[in-house]
Amino acid sequence: MAISEESKRDVITGRAVAIRGNDIDTDRIIPARFLRTTVFEGLGEHAFEDDRAQLKEAGKTHPLDDEQFGQATVMLVNKNFGCGSSREHAPQAIMRWGNGIRFIVGESFAEIFHGNCIALGIPCPLVDEGTMETLMKSVEQHPDIELTLNLTDKVITCGDVRVPIDIPEGARQSFIEGTWDSTTELLAEKDAIAATANSLPYVNGFGA
Amino acid sequence: MGKTLYEKVFDSHTVRQLPSGQYQLFMGLHLIHEVTSPQAFNMLEERGLSVMFPSRTFATVDHIVPTKSQLRPFQDSLAEEMIVALEKNVQKHGIRYFAPEKGEQGIVHVVGPEAGLTQPGMTICCGDSHTSTHGAFGAIAFGIGTSQVRDVLATQTLAMAKLKVRRVEVNGRLRPGVYAKDVALYIIQKLGVKGGVGYAYEFAGDVFDGFSMEERMTVCNMSIEGGARCGYVNPDKTTYDYLKGRQYAPKGDAWAAAVEHWESLRSDSDAKYDDVVKYDAAEIEPVVTWGITPAQSIAVGDKIPATTDFSPDERDTVEEAYRYMSLEPGQPIKGMKVDVAFIGSCTNGRLSDFESVIELLQASGLKVKEGVRALVVPGSQRLREEMVAKGYDKVFSDAGFEFREAGCSMCLAMNPDKLVGREVCASSSNRNFKGRQGSSTGRTLLMSPAMVAAAAISGQVADAREVFQIQA
Repeated sequence: MAISEESKRDVITGRAVAIRGNDIDTDRIIPARFLRTTVFEGLGEHAFEDDRAQLKEAGKTHPLDDEQFGQATVMLVNKNFGCGSSREHAPQAIMRWGNGIRFIVGESFAEIFHGNCIALGIPCPLVDEGTMETLMKSVEQHPDIELTLNLTDKVITCGDVRVPIDIPEGARQSFIEGTWDSTTELLAEKDAIAATANSLPYVNGFGA
Repeated sequence: MGKTLYEKVFDSHTVRQLPSGQYQLFMGLHLIHEVTSPQAFNMLEERGLSVMFPSRTFATVDHIVPTKSQLRPFQDSLAEEMIVALEKNVQKHGIRYFAPEKGEQGIVHVVGPEAGLTQPGMTICCGDSHTSTHGAFGAIAFGIGTSQVRDVLATQTLAMAKLKVRRVEVNGRLRPGVYAKDVALYIIQKLGVKGGVGYAYEFAGDVFDGFSMEERMTVCNMSIEGGARCGYVNPDKTTYDYLKGRQYAPKGDAWAAAVEHWESLRSDSDAKYDDVVKYDAAEIEPVVTWGITPAQSIAVGDKIPATTDFSPDERDTVEEAYRYMSLEPGQPIKGMKVDVAFIGSCTNGRLSDFESVIELLQASGLKVKEGVRALVVPGSQRLREEMVAKGYDKVFSDAGFEFREAGCSMCLAMNPDKLVGREVCASSSNRNFKGRQGSSTGRTLLMSPAMVAAAAISGQVADAREVFQIQA
């Protein structure tokens, strides 16, 4: 796939929705029954389905069901978000919910989930606990406030607040340059792949 | 300076460093199943790419397979659609498929080792987080997402960062009635669900030296529940004895060369670790989870901990766990009523897991309590056949267990085996997340197969050592 302007993610702006809680696992993000499919289309409407239903039953409203946040394209989360299964269906559901979430700000992410987000072109910048609380409160109090992620300057701005972010350098570069789609890069040097394969004893039947 | 097995395997599989700073890593073995591969094949097609090394990818079907009857077409039309997609894809790309109709199907992490596909020193990946299981052989094995499945199909490589290595030693001797599952849950309880993020775990010490391959698999399987994407045990005689003679294991002259090579991959005695933790085996009791993360667990004789026993970070999740599980701090876990008992999964669905229960059932003559739905689900069709040949199916059904067909079953509820409403399940699986077993209000208690059997017999959480009079 050629690198297009569309792939570049240098500055992204949007309204946000806060999903509070540590250790939110992928079964909560997209319950397993919705994985009975051969496509990713249609997963968005089932994002956090069980959490949403349970709150509804208790007479409460999940942020994703709150009209005020209906326009959100940014998600704010706490620690170890996306732990559990490797299902890419989780970030796929998030990026297909509503208008589509374009980046997720968190205190920390589970590793496989984070890798899946990078593969889908969803930056996951990190901020500390205090900053996250500030961001979540601003968004909850002013749902129409906009957040801007600037990967070149490594900052997020939200109203008057301007906070530094942490993000793996390789991921940051690939978002800025639009090279986050890994297949192209991995196919670039086919001979090198063959050379590594041939150097491995088990690929060669252990020389027997 | 010596190297760890992780570094040796990582280095030997590195194709090159990528502009992003990550490494392009060659994948020795790629396992696929029906849930996370169809979209990857679609993406391949959209881009006009083919599978670069079809002989290094192996497929089976596990998550969606019904365990009551595997007759086709499956009653669930969505499940049928998924298996058809897999059949079509493996045929089109010339991928070896462990098919149900050939009696070769099973849980991907049971089938791989069973067939001898999983070998020391390999890099192994699969679109499933429990791929860490294969680390038991001294392989670097980890779960990947579907876009990465696409990358491996197209290039047999992945873009990866190098992990840190934590050595997790358990020394001394486990007490009777304490199993590999208890060791896994104990380690997660100590290190937390995010303690392993950024690390590969090297499991070592007396307990792992003495463990069988199946016991090592149980612990490596749950590395991811502690946040570690992969966990491994250095290969040794136990590993080689298990592998020798298996379908895909090296044969003839290649065998000796392979063993020599595998020996050279063991972590050097002067290897440097980023972290080392040590535990005393004698401290480990049979463990039961009481909450909604695999780290929320206690010894079977203990009481539900108070919020103040946890760091401020964890308290919200703990409060949520009390509510969801309808438990209160200070309450014993022993005696909690159980509706369903499940023995199986990629964590505890292998021969020795079932044999540990068979022995206890035969010695005690005890039976499942009326009203408890108890399922025994072998991890593969081959294993099921072996169990039937040994008469285990009869022992289990005589004791009141349903002896099912092979599959993932109640571990994750993508097939008809599910909890109903607020049912409580004593489960030998790996995750007690909210809604994990198919009911959005269902409750899961993770424990060893022996403890599941004790719960099935008692109708409540019980100490297997008391139920089966296991002598201390």
